[in-house]
Amino acid sequence: MEPILKGRGLVKRYGKVTALDHCDFDLMPGEILAVIGDNGAGKSSLIKAVSGAVIPDEGEVFLEGKKIHFTSPIQAREAGIETVYQTLAMSPALSIADNMFMGRELRKPGFMGKWMRQLDRPEMERRARDKLTELGLMTIQNINQAVETLSGGQRQGVAVARAAAFGSKVIILDEPTAALGVKESRKVLELIQDVKSRGIPIILISHNMPHVFEVADRIHVHRLGKRLCVINPKDYTMSDAVAFMTGAKEAPTQTEAA
Amino acid sequence: MSSAENTNDGVAKFEVPDRGALGTIQHWLHVNPALVPLIVLLMSVLVFGLLLGSKFFSPFALTLILQQTAIVGIVGAAQSLVILTAGIDLSVGAIMVLSSVVMGQFTFRYGIPVEIAIVCGLLCGTFVGFLNGWLIAVMKLPPFIVTLGMWQIALATNFLYSANETIRSQVISTEAPLLQVFGEKFTIGADEAGRGGANFTIGVIFMVMLVVVLAYVLKQTAWGRHVYAVGDDPEAAELSGVNVKGTLISVYMLSGLICAFAGWALIGRIGSVSPTSGQLANIESITAVVIGGISLFGGRGSILGMLFGALIVGVFTLGLRLLGADAQWTYLLIGALIIGAVAVDQWIRKVSV
Repeated sequence: MEPILKGRGLVKRYGKVTALDHCDFDLMPGEILAVIGDNGAGKSSLIKAVSGAVIPDEGEVFLEGKKIHFTSPIQAREAGIETVYQTLAMSPALSIADNMFMGRELRKPGFMGKWMRQLDRPEMERRARDKLTELGLMTIQNINQAVETLSGGQRQGVAVARAAAFGSKVIILDEPTAALGVKESRKVLELIQDVKSRGIPIILISHNMPHVFEVADRIHVHRLGKRLCVINPKDYTMSDAVAFMTGAKEAPTQTEAA
Repeated sequence: MSSAENTNDGVAKFEVPDRGALGTIQHWLHVNPALVPLIVLLMSVLVFGLLLGSKFFSPFALTLILQQTAIVGIVGAAQSLVILTAGIDLSVGAIMVLSSVVMGQFTFRYGIPVEIAIVCGLLCGTFVGFLNGWLIAVMKLPPFIVTLGMWQIALATNFLYSANETIRSQVISTEAPLLQVFGEKFTIGADEAGRGGANFTIGVIFMVMLVVVLAYVLKQTAWGRHVYAVGDDPEAAELSGVNVKGTLISVYMLSGLICAFAGWALIGRIGSVSPTSGQLANIESITAVVIGGISLFGGRGSILGMLFGALIVGVFTLGLRLLGADAQWTYLLIGALIIGAVAVDQWIRKVSV
């Protein structure tokens, strides 16, 4: 099977620090790929390199077999790759609907939209509500309430819903459960499963081993700026994964089949 | 694919927190930020009306407040846009005066047709606004510093260029009356002797129209939403796909343009083109914005609130004068209102969990 998103020989240097050292990366269609690694291993650089947030010094990225060269996250977004940042990238004082459509607002058809530049609020609200309902988030009753009035888990839910609404090809989640409590983490994990069941592949960056082992189909272990190995969570334990990650244990040599 | 069964309605429910009575008020104010200044405005009109009777509560006095508020209201609209992006524009007054001087001097020194001179004045204001915006958005300098500098630069340019000369009202009204068009008055409901009645100037109508149009633009267009998003959290806005630099530059340019219009309106208000006028416009506009409930930290508040804020100042000024109080009482009360408004703003912000 051809990977939907593929990186080959990616290199990124910041001054004398090499964050990515000829790193490879594969995301298969329909899977949840977890990316784990120690702090400073280059996970973020890898994700930024495939999502357009940084431009790799060397190497190639392919989306559905076609070579791509993003110079900004906006371009990646237009190509169908949505990223949910750890900071969520939402404007707290604005409403859920405003946030979901930020930067790609819908305008009314006809004179009001074309000449008066009026936004099509009813349509944006309807679509936002549909998406939240679809993901089972409709206990948020008022689509016009400000994002800052939501709990941490709800905000994460809205951010994931935004990504799911627009991410046609790949969704990248950066530490989606890091700031959440146990109950809210659970809900976000359910959301991730839910998005996956819609057939959209997900890249999940997380430090939380139980979460990773619960939802991931494959685990990309990142160490010293490159892909150390890809493991199947069914074949290894969490302590194995941590041992690979930290270098305490020799990584399996065979390339893992998806 | 064990998750497939989880896709029923039971997935990922979040509880709605319960709010108390005070919390409900807080939430309400959070949703309608212009409500506080509106209530304060209505109450102050009511109190002065009760104290002064028909002397205050007449169409004449109430519309006089509007006329006295027009310049501050127009400049305040410009200031509101800037403050919504979490910036501040200290140069609004200087841009206003510089633009009015350009309009006057171009007409009378160079004999340029007045219409073209006015356009030049408007362009001048927009250009100074662009400089502000470019320095802030592209050079990443703090708005306070940039506009503090631009205030001095624009004011000095104004004095140097005009040679500190005033163009007198009579000359303007005979040779270029268009410059005074914002001062044109029409009266509704005056008695036979032409006293009393509601007086409206073009300046007042322009102020109200401007606020209405900007309220629409801020609420109903993508650009308006981007202004709020940039003021709220510029990094989040950037990651969501907002052109932060472009939005900031356009805001400062529009602010400059509105200030230039205020300069035009200023000629109508005082009759002459005076390089020494309008010195307090920056402080007064910031006052109106703050009392109007627009957060100095950006991203929150409505431009209607600014209009109410400007009117509150107008009501206090006229009301206290009619009461025969020392003018210092006005400043004292305005000062208290400013601090009160910011305290309310901080309280409203706490609604976020």
